[in-house]
Amino acid sequence: MNQDRWDWTAMIPVLTKALADTATMVGIALGFTIVLGLLVGVLLVTTDDNGLFAAPFGSRRFGRGLHAVLGFIVNIGRSLPFIILMVVIIPFTKLLVGTFLGPVAAAVPLTVAAIPFFARLVEIALREVDYGLVEAAKSLGASKRTIIWKVLLAEGRPSIVLGLSTSVISLLNYSAIAGLIGAGGIGDIAIRYGYQRYQEDYLIVTIIILIVIVQAVQLIASGVAKRLSHR
Amino acid sequence: MITITDLHKSYPARGAKDTIVEALKGIDLEVADGEIFGVVGQSGAGKSTLIRCVNLLERPTSGTITVGGQDLTTLSDAELRTARHGIGMVFQHFNLLSSRTVRENVEFGLEITGVSKSERAARSAEILELVGLTDRASAYPSQLSGGQKQRVGIARALAGNPRVLLSDEATSSLDPETTDSILQLLKDLNRKLGLTILLITHEMEVVKKICDSAALIEDGRIVESGNVIDLLNTPGSKIAHALFPLGESNGAPGNTVIEIMYAGHLSDEPIVAKLSREFGIDVNILGAAVEIVSGKRVGRMRLELPGSAASNAVPISRLKDSGLFVEVLEGVSA
Repeated sequence: MNQDRWDWTAMIPVLTKALADTATMVGIALGFTIVLGLLVGVLLVTTDDNGLFAAPFGSRRFGRGLHAVLGFIVNIGRSLPFIILMVVIIPFTKLLVGTFLGPVAAAVPLTVAAIPFFARLVEIALREVDYGLVEAAKSLGASKRTIIWKVLLAEGRPSIVLGLSTSVISLLNYSAIAGLIGAGGIGDIAIRYGYQRYQEDYLIVTIIILIVIVQAVQLIASGVAKRLSHR
Repeated sequence: MITITDLHKSYPARGAKDTIVEALKGIDLEVADGEIFGVVGQSGAGKSTLIRCVNLLERPTSGTITVGGQDLTTLSDAELRTARHGIGMVFQHFNLLSSRTVRENVEFGLEITGVSKSERAARSAEILELVGLTDRASAYPSQLSGGQKQRVGIARALAGNPRVLLSDEATSSLDPETTDSILQLLKDLNRKLGLTILLITHEMEVVKKICDSAALIEDGRIVESGNVIDLLNTPGSKIAHALFPLGESNGAPGNTVIEIMYAGHLSDEPIVAKLSREFGIDVNILGAAVEIVSGKRVGRMRLELPGSAASNAVPISRLKDSGLFVEVLEGVSA
C-alpha cells in the first residue's frame, strides 16, 4: 500500500488543477468582494450619525433606515456558518451561474460570505480616519465624492489592505469547505485524498501549500500596509 | 468682510437626545476687511461652534452669515462648496492628511477646484516658500513638528487665495515659542496679502499679540466687542482686565485703590512719579502690566493712594483730565 505514496508524477497534476480551481474561485470572489465590500463599508460609515450620507435626499430617516438595513443584512451574512450559507443559496447560485458545481459556481457563496466580512473591516478602517480630516476637506470645498475617495479611502488604505489580507485568508478557508459541494480546489484535495482515502502525502502537501499561501498573503499585506502608512 | 447677524445654534445634547443645548444665543459680529479679529472665551462658551458656523461646517439654527457680501445660509450645496474656496480654515489639531506629503496636502484644495497639475506645483512651491517650508515639501506630516504642521495647515488653507482665513484655536496645541512664530506668520500674511482673519482662542496672549479687534463670548453671547485699543481704554472692560491681569492685591483698609488704563501716547508719561511730585502722595503700586498691543504701548496699573477716595479727589481728577482712564475701585477702602 505504501508504494503509491509520494508519487509526485501523480500528485503534481492533481495539485496543479486544485490550485488553479482555488485561484479561480478565490480570485473571482475577491474581485467582487473588494468592489462590493468597499461600497457597503463606505455606506455603513457614511449613513451613520454625522456621516456624509446621514440624510440622503435630505431625509435623515432614509439615512437611518438604510444604515439599519445594511447593518442587519451584514449581520445575517456574518452569522451563518459558511457551510450552511453555501447550501442555502444553491438556488441563487444556479440562477446566476447555471450550476452549483465547479469553482466558478463556488465563487458565488464565497462572495456572499466575504462581502459582509470585508465590509465590516472596511467600516472599522474608515472609522479610524479622524473626523477632523473630513472637516478640513469640507472647509476646502470638497464634494462628498472627493471626501470619500481622497480622504476616507485614501487615509484608510493601510487598514483596508490589512483587512483585505484577512479576507483573502478567510476566502481560502471557505474555499476548502466549498470543496464539499464539488467546487474542487486545494481543500477538496485534502478532504478527498487525505481524509477519505487516507493518503497522508496529499494531506501534508496541501497543508504546506495552504500555510505558505497564508504566510505569503499576510507578509505581502503587512509590507504594503507599512509602505502606505505614514502616520 | 464677515457679517454675522442674530446667529442661533442649538443641537440635541450628547447622550440625552431630549435635551437641547443652546450653544449660540443670538450672535452679532462684524469683521472688517483686512483686520485680524479675535473671539475669546472659556471652553464651552460657544466660540468653536461660532467659527464653525462661519463656513457652515455647522449649519446655524437661525441667523445669517455674510462673507464677502454673499449670504452663505441661502446657498445650495454646490454654491456653498464654491464659496468655501474663498474661505480658508486652520485647525487646532492641523487635520493634515497623513497619506499625503506636505506638497500634496497643500495642493489638495487646488485639486478640488480643478487646477492643472503644473499650476498646482507652481502654486504650492510659492505658498510653501511663503510659510518657510520649501525644504520639507516631500516630507509626510508625521515627520514634522507641531509648528511645521500648522504652517502646512496655513499653506493648505491659503493655496486657493482665499480672502478670509478662519483659525480654530490654531496655536492652542503649540508651545509658547512656536505659538509666537505662528502668530507672527499670521500677522505677516494679514499684512502682505490683505487677508482678513477671524480667529477663536482661549489664550489672551493671541489677542494681545495680533488682534486688531476682539470680542468676548460668554455662554453663547457676545458680551463685549470692539477695537482692542478702544476696549483697553474702556473702564470696566472685561477683555482689558483679562489682557492685563493684575492679581488680587487690594491695599490696606482706609486707603483708596484706583486702576488706570492707558494706551497710545500717554503711556510714555511717568504717571507715578508725577503724582508723588505734584501732590506729595506716597503712591503704592499694587499691580501693573505694560505691553505692546497693535504696535502701541498699552498698560494697566493698580495704585494705592493713602486716605479715602474723597481726600484723593483732586489728584484723581487731575489724572482723568490728562486723558487717562481712571477707575476708583469700590468696597476696598472700608
